[in-house]
Amino acid sequence: MPATISVSVQHDDFDLGEIVKAMRLQTAQVGAIASFVGCVRDINDQQTVATLELEHYPGMTEQSIRSICEQADERWQLFAATVVHRVGKLAPTEQIVVVTVSSMHRGDAFAACEFIMDYLKTRAPFWKKELTPAGERWVDARCSDQQAAERWSQDS
Amino acid sequence: MIKILFFARIREQLGVDCLEWPVDAALSLAQLRQQLVEQRGGNWRAVLMADNILIALNQTVVAGQRLEHTTVNAGDEVAFFPPVTGG
Repeated sequence: MPATISVSVQHDDFDLGEIVKAMRLQTAQVGAIASFVGCVRDINDQQTVATLELEHYPGMTEQSIRSICEQADERWQLFAATVVHRVGKLAPTEQIVVVTVSSMHRGDAFAACEFIMDYLKTRAPFWKKELTPAGERWVDARCSDQQAAERWSQDS
Repeated sequence: MIKILFFARIREQLGVDCLEWPVDAALSLAQLRQQLVEQRGGNWRAVLMADNILIALNQTVVAGQRLEHTTVNAGDEVAFFPPVTGG
């Protein structure tokens, strides 16, 4: 059975507890749920960040995240994968993204969660702009994120 | 006509977020980019020819040699954007 995949790109905040609860109740076969939550930091590259603004490519974003979740479902045994990614203006300490996956055992849940996050960071069309006391600046892509994603193709 | 979208830093550098662009004859993505650079002038060459630019056709990224071999047709959606930084 293919995993239940849910993808949402939204302005509103999300509740991790509700996502986890829904996965627990989906089937009593679920033995492991792994989650990653990304948040807004107040300092990036030695600059104070007052606000983070997230832009995306509507349509392609949802489609690319769904495809990443489907790839995870092919590699590991999953019951569900849920990704919520926020867009618009966010302040330090706010949540940006959550990836939650459920499986029978923790190995698959941990691995799939990390895989989805690594691929999302390098493939899903989102862009961050930081508003700092020195003005606005677009965040540059990091080589370390690219390497984190490439790891998964070397493994197989 | 095709629809061309620009995102993030590229949208700001070019000062445009969306273009309706006529496509008369069969055109590859590489040729379309060349046409935009030639017809718009200004900083369009520097921005659209940047090494790290990403180009998507109908919401799928097309890269490298495939830019020469992928044809754009009426009704298609093409997008230019910088490397992604979500998550």
